[in-house]
Amino acid sequence: MTSHIYRLPDEQTAALLSHYGAAVAAKRRRALLFAVALALCTALAAWGGEVDLQKLSDGLPRFWSYLYDILPKLRLSHFGADFAEWFWNWDGWLWLLAETLLVAYVGTFLGATIGFVLCFFASANLMKNAVARALVRRSLEFCRTVPEIVFALLFVYALGLGPVPGVLAIAIHTVGALGKQYAEVVENIDMNPVEGVRATGGSWVEQIRFAVVPQVLSNVVSYTLLRFEINVRGASVMGFVGAGGIGKELLGSIRQFYYSDVSAILLMIIATVVIIDLLTERLRHHLLGIEGRR
Amino acid sequence: MSQSSPLASVDKARLEQTYPDIFKRSPLKRMQTVAIVAALVGLFLFGMMWLGFSFEKLATGISRLGVIIGLMFPPTPGHLLPLYLKGLAETLAIALLGTMLAAVVAFPLAFIAAKNVVAQRAIHFLSRRFLDTIRGVDTLIWALIFINVVGLGPFAGILAVAMSDIGSFGKLFSEAIETADTKPIDGVTSTGGSTLHQIRFGIVPQVLPVILSQVLYYFESNTRSATVIGIVGAGGIGLYLSNEISQQNWDRVAFLIIMILITVAIIDWCSSRLRFAIIGRRAVI
Repeated sequence: MTSHIYRLPDEQTAALLSHYGAAVAAKRRRALLFAVALALCTALAAWGGEVDLQKLSDGLPRFWSYLYDILPKLRLSHFGADFAEWFWNWDGWLWLLAETLLVAYVGTFLGATIGFVLCFFASANLMKNAVARALVRRSLEFCRTVPEIVFALLFVYALGLGPVPGVLAIAIHTVGALGKQYAEVVENIDMNPVEGVRATGGSWVEQIRFAVVPQVLSNVVSYTLLRFEINVRGASVMGFVGAGGIGKELLGSIRQFYYSDVSAILLMIIATVVIIDLLTERLRHHLLGIEGRR
Repeated sequence: MSQSSPLASVDKARLEQTYPDIFKRSPLKRMQTVAIVAALVGLFLFGMMWLGFSFEKLATGISRLGVIIGLMFPPTPGHLLPLYLKGLAETLAIALLGTMLAAVVAFPLAFIAAKNVVAQRAIHFLSRRFLDTIRGVDTLIWALIFINVVGLGPFAGILAVAMSDIGSFGKLFSEAIETADTKPIDGVTSTGGSTLHQIRFGIVPQVLPVILSQVLYYFESNTRSATVIGIVGAGGIGLYLSNEISQQNWDRVAFLIIMILITVAIIDWCSSRLRFAIIGRRAVI
């Protein structure tokens, strides 16, 4: 097939081929080096993480039998009664789920509001004072790096058991995460409207209100919805440390081997998360669609 | 330019006519905005009440928090530093092995879940829902379940991290595969390549950098989640953290938090450097 194509002289071909060979060899060497480094790290980690394949092979059948155990015993002949027994506490769990959702909502609202205010101080194009900017950025980083469960543990200690510490923990984490994302959006705006408002004598706040907010609003809402979804997941485990929501019930049923309860609660959590997922995704696409049309 | 400045010819009536939306937003739209904001704020206030927020509670809580923070200084590990370092190493091991295990399992799954590789609606739908379900369960919940399976310790943590990441990786990888350029695949097909050849030489070279960068990003975020997985007993530094909190050794708690912060910062730095090296600075989201 190649015979009728114009051929390079042999010496040129040889040079090109040797270049190609060298490039491939270099790539292979790099891949090999990477693989060796990764293997070393893995071996080290496996040793440190007490990986025991014996344990896994012993445990794996137990995993399947555990999955089998938590499934309810549903018989077709008594389906209604069995189903009712499976979800025997459905109204109680629904209330706890509602509490979980509220924890996530209030936490997101609080965190998003504070994060929204702070993001303007963290953006290089609006905040000219480098010291203040660095200060705000570092505190946002702190809020985002400490895991929310750790905040929840501390707050449970200070405020007592209940959903309030959970809300505060989620709010703080949300401030850090959203503040950063908002600031990135704000840093990417078109500065012309801002200059326009400034030219008419607008103050800093007026510049933000009339020139920045209209540009960033749809992205801000979209990020907030995404964060709400993440926070619903987070709120579902807040109960593990006593910070409200359905987590406490789940922890109890797993620890005390109430098998069918585990699957019932898990199913309810998964259903809620998936529903929230779909709803927020639709809302976000709607919002971004509006953005795209403009 | 200055003679024919548009300012001279500003005619409010004409402007209003040209841009009616800007000068007079329809009252319906205005009402809509007000109603949405009012509903959001109303739900927020209702939630605060229902969840038991009160000023006295917050005030006592904050003053107690102040005391705790006061007791945190100076942060000190006591004589437990070697133990903490071991916990930290365990945490990193959990994150690394969990992420790798998840990536290895999710890689083939992603091809099955990708529309352009397996063009079968039912399989696509089922595999996507399966991945969604796995993703819907938090890492801590998986940790609790795996503690029942393999017992307490870091091994349960590794499996938990891997499990919850399989869902995310499966989704992300399959999206990367679906957005891959079809031309290289056509090229491989035209030379007589089988489906496996198409995947190996047409798709994999395209998606590998994206996938590597996502894996690194998840390793970063898993380091964070692996620090708390010990709270339920699945290994790592979280165990010491929750112990010290329950024993009110606040100076040690502060030391542990600082250790976590420094570790996460180092991992962040390394992995973002690596990601830049793999896919170039511009492409990093």
